[in-house]
Amino acid sequence: MTSQTDNSNLTDESSTQSRSLRSLAWKRLKKDRVGMTSLVIVIFFILLSIVAWASDEQDDELFDDADPLAALLAEAEDNAEQYEIEEEPKLETLLLGSDGRGRDILQKTLKGTSVSVTVALFGSFCAILIGTLLGAISGYFGKWVDDILMWFYSIFTSIPDMLLLLSFAVVFQRGIGTLILIFALTSWTSVYRLMRAEFMKHKSREYVQAADAIGAGGSRKMFLHILPNVSHILLVQFSILTVGLIKSEVVLSFLGFGVDIKQTSWGAMLAEVPSELLQGYWWQMVTVTVFMSILVTAFSLLTDSLRDALDPKVK
Amino acid sequence: MFSYIIRRVWQMIPTLFGVMLLLFILYNWVGGDPSYILAGKSLSNEALVSIRAQLGLDKSQVEQFLIFTKQVMTMDFGTSWSTQQPVSSIINNRIGPSIMLILSWQIISLCFSLLFAATVAYFNGSMYDRAVTILSTIAMSISILVYIIAGQYFLAYKMQWFPVFGWGDGFWENLFIYLPLPLVIGLAVSIAPDTRFYRTCFVEEMNHDYVRTARAKGLSEQKIMLKHVMRNALIPIVTSVMSSLPYMITGSVLMERFFGIPGLGNEILKAVDSSDFPVIKAITIYLVIAVMVFNLLADLIYKYIDPRVQLK
Repeated sequence: MTSQTDNSNLTDESSTQSRSLRSLAWKRLKKDRVGMTSLVIVIFFILLSIVAWASDEQDDELFDDADPLAALLAEAEDNAEQYEIEEEPKLETLLLGSDGRGRDILQKTLKGTSVSVTVALFGSFCAILIGTLLGAISGYFGKWVDDILMWFYSIFTSIPDMLLLLSFAVVFQRGIGTLILIFALTSWTSVYRLMRAEFMKHKSREYVQAADAIGAGGSRKMFLHILPNVSHILLVQFSILTVGLIKSEVVLSFLGFGVDIKQTSWGAMLAEVPSELLQGYWWQMVTVTVFMSILVTAFSLLTDSLRDALDPKVK
Repeated sequence: MFSYIIRRVWQMIPTLFGVMLLLFILYNWVGGDPSYILAGKSLSNEALVSIRAQLGLDKSQVEQFLIFTKQVMTMDFGTSWSTQQPVSSIINNRIGPSIMLILSWQIISLCFSLLFAATVAYFNGSMYDRAVTILSTIAMSISILVYIIAGQYFLAYKMQWFPVFGWGDGFWENLFIYLPLPLVIGLAVSIAPDTRFYRTCFVEEMNHDYVRTARAKGLSEQKIMLKHVMRNALIPIVTSVMSSLPYMITGSVLMERFFGIPGLGNEILKAVDSSDFPVIKAITIYLVIAVMVFNLLADLIYKYIDPRVQLK
């Protein structure tokens, strides 16, 4: 049904004016309700993390807001110095409860969300940069350049992901910058493989030959002529990688190779969960899980919709 | 066929060399001087010099790389820095539980996912199909950590159906007492992505002409699904199973850590914690070889079940 209407639209428009792949894809995406909902959720999460970064304050603040012992302490103080007036009443309840040390989970989760999302987004962005650059060089120049880069590729793919991540994590300091670096260095391979194949395919196409004829240089042909024609693949890869990196960040931070101790992230929060569960504090786990699965589900659905929108031939 | 295998094995050598180079650069240049960590509190110049001499760090980089090469060639990685055990004996002791976990996990997961995928694909487009697709998308969005933490808590601690963690000496004891809980959780993790992938394999096959022909000549639906569709759908599935080893390793590292299974994953995490570079290097090299061999096996099996495939 929908594909039929799409097709009729396509023919209508192409008869009046030709539209770019991007505007067509955007048009298709706008019709996809699931895709648009996911897009809204993903943008919401990104805005959330930007806001959390912008309103970055001291971490000690987390302790100040609420105090589950407030009632007991007040009572104790009352007993010590009778009839003393309480200064400022502290909150006795928090919307999503507090963690084992009395920190507000909602605030902590927002903080953690911003760290996890930032790391994943920048990590996959850097991975895309490395993968595209190497893939373009490898596919465009071929020959011995391709051989050397393929050798690099085979090295990085033959080491299981987890071990590669751990190997890099062992020798670097902990922190957000390191995480992004590790993710970039370990996950460029899939982008490289795709880009290499695309550049190989495109370099002998007519439009590239035409560019060659008017005297365009190698890098101009690679990045101004070919790259815009294959960039839709990068968009899909970007969202696939981001989903993967969100999951990897959780595992790495849990194992203690992720974010700094002063920072928090979804993984760092989950690392506190096992000991809390034994005491019956389940809400930190549930909050993190819900936040994470909403974002990841939205991102994976968006990936599917993007793929459908950008490449209508594949069903 | 034989020459193909020889050529593939020959091609592994530069890759392995590259992996060695990468590990060497990481641990010898980027990683800093481990003798400071190992010296600990008794930090003095003499202690540092003696530790460096003991570890061979006082030699030139080229010499150290040659030693590392020799270690890989002979598969003898010396002794662990933290426990002084020979690395080969550590690996020999640890590899059993890991293989047991990964193998049983893979087999059970494959059976369940195949069953699900076949039924889902058969009712392609129905409510059941959509429900399973949505469920598996949501299931895939939850971190493996949550499955493990929550599973261990509810199934073992609250319900007391399984031991919380541990590992015994006997094979059957491990298989029936300690392994079931990791397997149940592993299944919960891997069944959703596998079902989704296998489903597409089945659905693609079901649109082919031979299925219509089989229906036209009056074969029962069961026979069509199990004999005709299954055999063709199995081709991509077998390849994916053979090449899923790296992903299983991630899962088994976490499982081993949580359930106290004395496997390679646990060992590598311990080694990482104590900067025990020989153990990390050795396990990485072993696993890289395993991954390469499995990739080769995947191609050979591919050829075996699909005679149309030409090996180059």
